[in-house]
Amino acid sequence: MATDDEASSRSPRRRSGELSGLVLAVLRRARQPLTPGQVLERLRAGGSGPLAYSTVVTILSRMHRQGMVSRERAGRGYAYVAVADAHRAAGQMRRVLDSERDRDAVLTRFVGSLSERDEQLLRRLLSDDPLGQPD
Amino acid sequence: MRIAVYLPILLPALAGFSARWMAARIEPRRATMLFTGGAVLLATANGFALFALAATVVGQWSVLATLGHWSAWVLHRDDPASRSVAMGAGVVVVLAVAAAISAVSRRVLTLNHAARTAKHLPNSDPVVLDDPDPDAYALPGAPGRIVVTSGMFSALDAAEREVVLAHERAHLAGRHHIYVSFAQFAAATNPLLRPLASAVSFCVERWADEQAARAVGDRRAVALAIGKAALISRHRPGSAAALGVGFDDVRSAGPVPRRVAALLARPPRRQWMPILIALGVLALAIVATAETARDLDFLFDLAEVGSST
Repeated sequence: MATDDEASSRSPRRRSGELSGLVLAVLRRARQPLTPGQVLERLRAGGSGPLAYSTVVTILSRMHRQGMVSRERAGRGYAYVAVADAHRAAGQMRRVLDSERDRDAVLTRFVGSLSERDEQLLRRLLSDDPLGQPD
Repeated sequence: MRIAVYLPILLPALAGFSARWMAARIEPRRATMLFTGGAVLLATANGFALFALAATVVGQWSVLATLGHWSAWVLHRDDPASRSVAMGAGVVVVLAVAAAISAVSRRVLTLNHAARTAKHLPNSDPVVLDDPDPDAYALPGAPGRIVVTSGMFSALDAAEREVVLAHERAHLAGRHHIYVSFAQFAAATNPLLRPLASAVSFCVERWADEQAARAVGDRRAVALAIGKAALISRHRPGSAAALGVGFDDVRSAGPVPRRVAALLARPPRRQWMPILIALGVLALAIVATAETARDLDFLFDLAEVGSST
């Protein structure tokens, strides 16, 4: 209980800054969107001491306003994901979608792959065109 | 039910055979809608015809006949289809329904995955990925996002980038992935409809190309941008192997040369003949299905009368 009193006696601002860092670490480790309840669970499991659910919600919504996390609807509330992960996810996404059989229907690509034959035809089409030089 | 029931089973082959010919002749927006609607309608008619054939023999099972209060004997006496054909139809219809359910659930998962990813992408339009591999695509979602790699953008000039973005915006605004998905669900139930589903995939590209051409006001510029983008991204793994024959025919080529050729040619005119032929085939499927439904109803009415006397 002594540590708890000590923590709550610090300035609230500093404590919330520390908590943001902890929350971000939890979200990064999770690799999937987490609800405030799940974040709270993991914070407690990580030994953060007693924390109120409403505190976690407040921190997460502030982090969302600051653009540190993004969120999606999950039931009646939101699930959160760290933004740095979102950028990485964009890179991973193509690899993931490339491995899915449904990729071609979901990603409408600007150009698909060319066979050797398509390439020759394409070069001829472009060179036959009076103004069209590909390079 | 003698000819009518077999017609919807033959029509998908006819539609599949003529899909490519029609895709080159019908204005792309109309063609997309016509082919998607046609694929779904033909798959449904086909499924119903198989169901009707199967019902004539499944209805003879005594448990079902008792439950439904009809006479298994009358069904057996008046059965218009041979037993083996009806049993075969029953197996095929079960497989088709299973294939449809599997295709739909897989697609829903993939679309959810895409929408979730789209939601977490950085707030820029388009999203530019730091990746030397040239690529550009639209990721459907609410809202959908356009993703372009730095490799693609650095190879194109400003006007060409505008073409890429206009093309992908057209895909998202027109929700083109929905048409492609429905055509593919139809094709999952019947492999004969696969050419029709490929035609839909091709037509949505043409549709987006023509919209990009309207946005930038220059069809040739769109053709050149597609050509350039395709030539810089040609080394993507998984590209189709060379066939080595018929090097001079665009009509049998892959989608990219056909799109470029279509844009370099005159704008698509309104051609009514291919549309009328397609609508005629679909009308035939509807009439045959209605006829089959009437015959099936009549057969079971007879069997019900037979069971009550």
